[in-house]
Amino acid sequence: MLSIKNLHAGVDNTPILKGLNLEIGAGEVHAIMGPNGSGKSTLAHVLTGRDGYQVSAGDVLFNNELINDFTVEQRAHLGIFLAMQYPVELPGVNNMIFLKESLNRILQARNEAPLDAVGFIKRVNEVARKVNMDPALLKRNVNSGFSGGEKKRNEIFQMALLEPKLAILDETDSGLDIDALRIVSEGVNALRDRSRSMIIVTHYQRLLDYIEPDFVHVLAGGRIIRSGDKTLALELEDKGYSWLLDEVAA
Amino acid sequence: MTNEAPAMEQLIGREYEHGFITDVESETLPPGLNEDVIRHISGKKNEPAFMLEWRLRAYNQWLTMVAPDWAKLRHPPLDLQAISYYSAPKGGGKKLESLDEVDPEILETYKKLGIPLEEQKLLANVAVDAVFDSVSVVTTFKKTLAKAGVIFCSISEAVQEHPELVQQYLGSVVSQKDNYFAALNAAVFSDGTFVYIPKGVRCPMELSTYFRINQANTGQFERTLIIAEAGSHVSYLEGCTAPSRDENQLHAAVVELIALEDATIKYSTVQNWYPGDREGRGGIYNFVTKRGDCRGDRSRISWTQVETGSAITWKYPSCILRGNDSIGEFYSVAVTRGMQQADTGTKMIHIGRNTSSTIVSKGISAVQGSNAYRGLVRVGQKAANARNHTQCDSLLIGDQCSAHTYPYIEVRNPSAKVEHEATTSKIGEDQLFYCRQRGLSAEEAIALIVNGFCKEVFKELPLEFAAEAQKLLNVTLEGAVG
Repeated sequence: MLSIKNLHAGVDNTPILKGLNLEIGAGEVHAIMGPNGSGKSTLAHVLTGRDGYQVSAGDVLFNNELINDFTVEQRAHLGIFLAMQYPVELPGVNNMIFLKESLNRILQARNEAPLDAVGFIKRVNEVARKVNMDPALLKRNVNSGFSGGEKKRNEIFQMALLEPKLAILDETDSGLDIDALRIVSEGVNALRDRSRSMIIVTHYQRLLDYIEPDFVHVLAGGRIIRSGDKTLALELEDKGYSWLLDEVAA
Repeated sequence: MTNEAPAMEQLIGREYEHGFITDVESETLPPGLNEDVIRHISGKKNEPAFMLEWRLRAYNQWLTMVAPDWAKLRHPPLDLQAISYYSAPKGGGKKLESLDEVDPEILETYKKLGIPLEEQKLLANVAVDAVFDSVSVVTTFKKTLAKAGVIFCSISEAVQEHPELVQQYLGSVVSQKDNYFAALNAAVFSDGTFVYIPKGVRCPMELSTYFRINQANTGQFERTLIIAEAGSHVSYLEGCTAPSRDENQLHAAVVELIALEDATIKYSTVQNWYPGDREGRGGIYNFVTKRGDCRGDRSRISWTQVETGSAITWKYPSCILRGNDSIGEFYSVAVTRGMQQADTGTKMIHIGRNTSSTIVSKGISAVQGSNAYRGLVRVGQKAANARNHTQCDSLLIGDQCSAHTYPYIEVRNPSAKVEHEATTSKIGEDQLFYCRQRGLSAEEAIALIVNGFCKEVFKELPLEFAAEAQKLLNVTLEGAVG
C-alpha cells in the first residue's frame, strides 16, 4: 500500500527526516511514537504533500505509484486522508456543503458518480450513526465554535465519509478527555478494514489501549530506530524513550 | 515538495477582463473646468435655463469647498483641471430613434461586455440604459415600460421632456453643497438615468443602467434620479466597467432615490471598474454619493452593492428614514485586492417613528487590499422605537491586507434599539491546506469560503444578477478559474 524509501525531508531548509524507511501493507495499523521534535508530524504532512515541506531525497510510493510530485489534492483523490492535529475553522462554510463538495470531488476522482442532495444526506446519516456523530454539528459551519473534542470527532466523521485507503491520524488523542478519546477510538475502530491502512501518530500509549496497532515504530532523529508489535508501546510507557535512544547511540 | 500550490498571490492576481478600448470617434472637450465648460455642456444638451442656473450655482459652491481627506484612503491630490468634463461618441447627444443609428463599435463594446442591446437578445425581463462616457447611447424596452406609465430614460432626455419632475426632485436628496464631489457632479453632470414610477404601479421589469468609461483623461459624472410615487415598486441595477489605462480616472456620480408613501425602491450595484494594475498604476477613483429618501410613511429603500473594481472606492449609500414606519436596508460586499482601497459603508438616519434599518456589510481584502467599513446610525429625538441591526464582517485573504471598521452610532431617543455585531476571519494557508486535503482545489476552496461569506448579501440581488455577481466575485479572487 505505502512504501517509504530513504526519505529525507525538511521544513524551511531544516532537515527533519533523515533517511526514513517504512512499509505499510493493506489493512495494517501502524503506530508511530517518539519524543517531541522527532519528526512525527513532519512525516504526516510530507505524506499529504503540504506546501512548505521539501523532500530532498527518497521515494514515496502509494500502491506502487511514485507520488513525490503529487499535489495535496491529487493525493487526497488517491485516498490519502489526514485527520489533523489542529483542524481549522472555515468561516461561513456550512459543514454539509463542504462535505458534499469534498465527497463529490473524491468520488469523481475514483470515477464514481457524484451524489445528489438526497443521496448525500442519506449517506451522511448512515456514516453519522456509524461513528456516533451528533448530526447537529453537521449543520454548523466547519469547525467553527467546535470544542476540541468536537473538532476531532468531525475529523473522524469526515474520514468515515470519504473512505480513504490510507488514513493518517496526527495526534488525534491530544486535547481529548477520556470519554472523548473512547468515542473517537470507537469511530476509528469501526473503520478498520482489510483494505484500509492507518498510521497513528501519538505521544502516548493510552490511545493504543483503544486502537490496537499491528506495528509500533519509534521515530527519533528523523529515522525509525525501533519497530515492534504493541508490546513495544507498553515498554515505552514504562521506561520512556531515553533507554532506546542510549541503546541506538551505543 | 516540488508540487507548489498556486501561491495566494497568483490565485487572486488575475487580469482585468474588461480592459479593452473601443476605437470610436469622440468629441471631447479640452481638459479643464470653468464656467464656459459648464455653459458648453448645458448648451450641448439643449437644457432649459433653470438647469444651467442650477449648474452654475453648484459650480460657485464647489469653488468654495475643499476635497475631503478624512477617509482611510491614500491617493495623490486630484488635478481636476487636467481632466475633460465632456466626451461623447461623435453624433452622440442627439436623439436616436433606433439601434441602427448607434455606432456599431459601441454596440460591439456592449456585446463584448455581455450586454447585447438588441431587445430580443436581452434578458427578457430587464430594460437597459447604456451610458458610454458622458452620454446615454440607448435605452431599451422604453415602449413596453411606457405602457405601464413608467418613465425610464436618460437624465438628459428627462430634463427636456419632464422638466417639472426634474426641477421638483433633482437635488432634493443630495443637495448641491452636500459634499465636494456632489457639488462637482451637480455642476458638470453629463448623463445618467431617470426613472419615474407612477402611483400604485409595480414596475413590470428590472431596470438597469450599464456605465462604461472609454475615453482617456475624462471623468464620468453621472446623475441618477429615481422617483417612486405612492404605493409603487421598482428594482434597479447598475453595472460598471472601464478600459485598463495607466492614468487614474475619476468617476463622481450622484444617485438620488425618493420613495413616497408605501413605495419600495430596490437599488443594486455591481461595480467592476478597472482597478489598476498590480503596482497600483491607473484605475478608477470611484467617489460616489448615493442617498435614498424614504419620504413617505411605510416606504422602503434597499441598497445592495457588490463592489469588486476601482482603484479607490469612496461611497456610503444612505437612507433618510423620514416617513413613519419606513425601512432602510444596506447589503454590501466590497472586495479589495492588489493595491485597491475601499472606504465604504452607509448612513441610516432615523427621523420618523417606528423606523427600522438593517446593515449587512461584508468586506473581503486580499493581497495588499485595504478595506474600511464606515457607517453611521443616527436616531433623532422624534424617532421613537427606532431599530437598527448592523452586521459587519471582514474576511482577510493572505497576510498583507487589512480591514478596518468605523461604526458611528448617535442615539437621541431613549426608546431606540441599536445593535452592532462584527467579526473578522481569515483564509490562510491553513484553511487552503485543509480544503485541499479533503480533495478540493485551492480555487474551489476560496470560492467556497467567499461564497459562504457573502451569501447573505447575494440573496438580496435580483435573481437575474445573483449568479452573475457570484461569478464575478469568483473570477476576481481566483485567477483565471471561474
